[in-house]
Amino acid sequence: MTPVVSVRELELAFGERRLWDGLSFDLARGEFLAVLGPNGTGKTSLLRILLGLLEPTAGTVEVAGRAPKASRARVGYVPQQHAFDRDLPLRGRDLVRFGLDGNRWGIGRLGREGHARIERALDDVGATGYADAPVGRLSGGEQQRLRVAQALVSEPKLLLADEPLLSLDLSYQAVITGLFDEHRRRAGTPVVFVTHDVNPVLSIVDRVLYLAPGRWAIGTPDTVMTSETLSELYGTEVDVLRVRGRIVVVGTPDDQHVHHIDDGHGH
Amino acid sequence: MFVELLGEHFVHTALLAGAVVAVISGAIGIFVVARGASFAVHAISELGFTGAAGALVLGFDAVVGMIVGSLAVGLVLGLLSLRGRERDSSIGAVLSFGLGVGVLFLFLYQGYATEATNLLFGSIVGVSDAQLRNLTIVALIVAVGLIALYRPLLFSSVDPDVAAARGVPLRALSVAIFLLLALTTAEAIQVVGVLLVLTLVITPAAAAQRLTVRPGLAIVLSIAIALVATEGGILLSLAQPWPTSFFISSISFAAYLLARIVEAARDRRRSQPVEPRRRRTASTEAPTSEASAAASTAINE
Repeated sequence: MTPVVSVRELELAFGERRLWDGLSFDLARGEFLAVLGPNGTGKTSLLRILLGLLEPTAGTVEVAGRAPKASRARVGYVPQQHAFDRDLPLRGRDLVRFGLDGNRWGIGRLGREGHARIERALDDVGATGYADAPVGRLSGGEQQRLRVAQALVSEPKLLLADEPLLSLDLSYQAVITGLFDEHRRRAGTPVVFVTHDVNPVLSIVDRVLYLAPGRWAIGTPDTVMTSETLSELYGTEVDVLRVRGRIVVVGTPDDQHVHHIDDGHGH
Repeated sequence: MFVELLGEHFVHTALLAGAVVAVISGAIGIFVVARGASFAVHAISELGFTGAAGALVLGFDAVVGMIVGSLAVGLVLGLLSLRGRERDSSIGAVLSFGLGVGVLFLFLYQGYATEATNLLFGSIVGVSDAQLRNLTIVALIVAVGLIALYRPLLFSSVDPDVAAARGVPLRALSVAIFLLLALTTAEAIQVVGVLLVLTLVITPAAAAQRLTVRPGLAIVLSIAIALVATEGGILLSLAQPWPTSFFISSISFAAYLLARIVEAARDRRRSQPVEPRRRRTASTEAPTSEASAAASTAINE
C-alpha cells in the first residue's frame, strides 16, 4: 500500500546550523508517530515542512502522493498553544468551523451537514458544553480540545499535532490521545505527534522519531527509547529507565541546566 | 430652525454620506480590532492627511492625495504584515515622520487654512453631490471586498497559524485588508476628520465585541453603532451648532461605555467560575533549553 507520507533524504539547515540530514521515513495509513527530542532540534520545523510552509534545505516530501502544499487542505493541524484575546468575538464553534470552510471565499452558509459535522466534532472532544462561550475566556485545556475538534472536523488524510497535551491535566491528556488514537484506527489517518514527553502516548505509539542535536533515530519505542540509542544520539552517557511502565530519560546534555549556563559548552 | 434644516438638500447629502461611511467603517472595524491593528488605523489616517496636504501644495485635489497617501501606507503595512510590539513601534516611527512632512506641506501651502482644518476635523455638512457619489463608489468597493474575503479574513485575523496551514494566503490577505482599511479611512476622514477616524473605525467595533461573541452579529452591531453615532451626530449639530465630529465621537464613546456596563453586568450575573489558565509546565523527562541544544556539538549520521 502506498504510504500517506513519504520523506526522503530530508535536510534542514538554518544558516550554518544543520538540524538534520538524510532524514527518511514513510507513514502508513493509521500509523502513530511520536516526534521527540529537546528544543531547537526542528520538531516544529518538521511539521511546517509537512504542511508546505517551510522548504527543506534538501530532500523530498510527499503527502498523499503530492507535494505538501497541494495537500494542505487535507491535513488537520493542531498548533502549539497560544492564548486568544479575551474580548475576541469568537465562539468555540466558530473556531471549529474554520477547520471546515475557513479557507473558502465569501461569507458562506453552513448547510445542515456542515452543522452536523461541527456538532459531532464538538461532541467528540467533549466541548459541546462550552461551544458557545467566547474562546478567549476558556482555559488552555478547553481551547486545546477545540483545536483538536477543528483539526478533525474536515476528515483529514493526515493529522499533525504540535505539543497538543501542553496545559492539559492527566484526564484530558487521556481524552485527547484517545481521540487521536480512535480517529486513526477508524479513518486510517496517520498521526504525527510532536511531544516532549512520550509517556502519555506510550501505549498507542507505533514508532518514535527522536531528534537530537544533529542526529536522529526512528523506530519502535522499544528500539529507540533505550540507553544505547539515546547515548549514541547524544554522544554521551544517557540512561533510559523504565519505572512503573513510564520512561524516564536521565543524563541528556540539556538535562543539566545550571551546569550548562555556567560553562556555556557541552562536555 | 432645526426642522427647517431637515428639509435642506445639503443635510440630506450629509446624512447619506454619513450612512455610507458608517457602514463600511463599522464593518471593517471588527477585523481591525481582531488583528490588534487599531494603531495602524491612526497611522493610515494621519498619513492620508500628509497625502492630502501634499496634494494641496502641488495643486491637486486633496481627497485624491489623501486616498493615495492612505493606500501607500496601507500597502506598506500590509506587506510588512508585522505582529504585536514590533508593528507598534515601526508604525510609530513611520507615522511621526509622515506627520512631520504633513506639517511642512501645510506650511508651504498658501491656500485657505480651512481646507486643512476640514481634513483634520471633518466637514460632513460640506459634502457635495459629486463627493457623495465618489464616497458611495469607494464604499461599494470596500463592501464587496469584505464580503468576498469574509471567511479567510476572519480566519487569518484570529488564528493565523492554522489559517496558513490550511492554505489561506496570509500575506495577500494582509495586503488586502490594509488596502480596504486605507480606502475606509480615506472615507471616514471626510466625515470626522483625520484625528477622529478611530471613533468610527475602532470604537463601534470595540463596543460591539463586548455585546456579542458571534462574529457575524458583532459586525452588524458595529455597523449599527457607527450609524447611530454618525447620523445622531449630524442631527445634533443641526440643533446645536457645535462641530459634528464632537457629537459623533461623543455618541460613539457613549455606546462604548454602555457596552462595557452591559458586559460587566452580564459577567456578574453569570459569574461562572472559569478554570484558571495553567502555565506551561516543564516535563520531568527532557527539560531542555535552546541554549544548551545549540551548544551541543553537531554530529551527522
